[in-house]
Amino acid sequence: MKNKLVKMMALLTATTMVAAGVMGCGSDSSDANADANTDTTASDTTANADTTDGSDLSGTVTLAGSTSMEKLANAMNEAFMEKYPNVSATAEFTGSSAGIESLEAGSVDIGDASRALSDDEKSQGVVENIVAIDGIAVITDTANTVTDIKSEDLAKVYTGEITNWKDLGGPDEQIVVIGREAGSGTRDAFEELMDVKDSCKYAQELDSTGAVLAKVAATPGAVGYVSLDVLDDTVNGLKINSVEPTEDNILAGDYVLQRPFVMATKGEISEQSKQVQAYFDFINSADGQNVIKSVGLIIPNSK
Amino acid sequence: MTGGKATKHIVETIAKVIFLICAAVAIVAVLSITVYMFAKGTPALAKVGVIDLLFGTVWQPTAATPSYGILYIILTSIAGTAVAILIGVPIGILTAVFITEVSNKKLAAIVQPAVELLAAIPSVIYGLLGLMVLNPLMYRLEKRVFAGSTTHQFTGGSNLLSAIIVLAIMILPTVINISVSSIRAVPGHLKSASLALGATHIQTIFKVMIPAARSGIMTGVVLGIGRALGEAMAINLVAGGSVNLPLPFNSVRFLTTQIVSEMSYAEGLHREVLFTVGLVLFIFIMIINLVLAQARRKEPLKNDRK
Repeated sequence: MKNKLVKMMALLTATTMVAAGVMGCGSDSSDANADANTDTTASDTTANADTTDGSDLSGTVTLAGSTSMEKLANAMNEAFMEKYPNVSATAEFTGSSAGIESLEAGSVDIGDASRALSDDEKSQGVVENIVAIDGIAVITDTANTVTDIKSEDLAKVYTGEITNWKDLGGPDEQIVVIGREAGSGTRDAFEELMDVKDSCKYAQELDSTGAVLAKVAATPGAVGYVSLDVLDDTVNGLKINSVEPTEDNILAGDYVLQRPFVMATKGEISEQSKQVQAYFDFINSADGQNVIKSVGLIIPNSK
Repeated sequence: MTGGKATKHIVETIAKVIFLICAAVAIVAVLSITVYMFAKGTPALAKVGVIDLLFGTVWQPTAATPSYGILYIILTSIAGTAVAILIGVPIGILTAVFITEVSNKKLAAIVQPAVELLAAIPSVIYGLLGLMVLNPLMYRLEKRVFAGSTTHQFTGGSNLLSAIIVLAIMILPTVINISVSSIRAVPGHLKSASLALGATHIQTIFKVMIPAARSGIMTGVVLGIGRALGEAMAINLVAGGSVNLPLPFNSVRFLTTQIVSEMSYAEGLHREVLFTVGLVLFIFIMIINLVLAQARRKEPLKNDRK
């Protein structure tokens, strides 16, 4: 009996090791794909006549850039390919700056950036097309009397320098700092905009927007952040620097916790390939705008 | 009925094959899960470094210079499970004694089904109750304990203690049910002999019955450890989820909740490390099971001796 068990265990370990070896080698092929895509785009540019009928257009649209835009880009690509079944739209998520670099190098059609482009990037002929705006609301429980917070105070709350609401003109109540888990787009945006990246001290890290809402609503003295579109009556949306978190204030640029989602192109959209033009037309169409809303983003002012 | 013997033979063979296939499903599942966990979990160990990963205390997977230390997470799982066992096991064993020896039949007929029902309640329900009832209570306690403290980070009641209480309740049915059946399996002559020698009922229970049922009770305890270690849903709702040293009022993250909460958006090495976390958990569970197998094997020996 014992012998058998030992043999089994030995066999198990052996198979495991072999398998581990095999699996270890079979990764990293995405780079090759990106290169292949570039060639096809170039040659496909001339392949199509003017037509708005989706089924006639074929080719590829390649995107690369911000990881925060993953949800938007994937949803947009999916909806786009539903309308244009012969066009393949693919996105890679390498980071905003890397995306713009790939665009400048000509290896992708569209560079995704979850920030405004720098003057330096613009001088390279990269055009900033803002397709959506990401807004974040800072919320407290409804019993909290603090309704307005300065952005530098908010940063201090999240880094643990301010721990009691009385320091912010509120009741003598401990602040329970609630945030999202590492990897969350909302957390990424909040920390970036508040300039508190990696220095936040969370009392709770929850793994969904709904959980943050529920927890903040139920916990006296809690503060949390959620994307603007889910803000409801169960919690208070804090004013930041006396500006209410509303879509209007975001569009006017007054509310600080916002960032543009840019799909940058090299040169104006009108200079792009048919496929890329169709892609932007789609974004501006009712379908595209619905996609933007469905991932909780705000549609920028008409452009 | 011509060729009846041949038909019989074929049926027999087919039945045997079907049984073999059924048995193989379990073995294939265990083998493939083992292979998969090692295959997915080991690359990150090599990339991050065994020491940095297993003994690092800073978990910042998305930082500019990411850090993947999971020591606090491992310690939380160990401490949380251990304390939950320390609380749950005595309660479980005493309940089992109550059901089998102390209570009258009517009362036992209420308690035992209640315990069985406890086992059937889905873990997310435990979590929800913990979230709605336990956490606010904990927050009040936390405010009292740390009144005036400037260094303690207030967690709103989502802390290790809440998780432990939920876990302790969740392991009760496992411990109780197995203890009940092993106490019932103690031969009647042992009890009679003890009583005949003048021992009281309570003395008999603690000096004779429980020691005689020990290996069965141990099995229950080990299964309880397994359940506590592997629970994710319930404690994800009540434990807070920040990576901290497992102190009673700290917001903590367990091995299981670590995977549950971060898998959805994790990418690259971060994702691979989560698989390593899974591997660590898997190894823990394997060890628990080996201990269980060991405990069970000793059982017949002990019975022979008496």
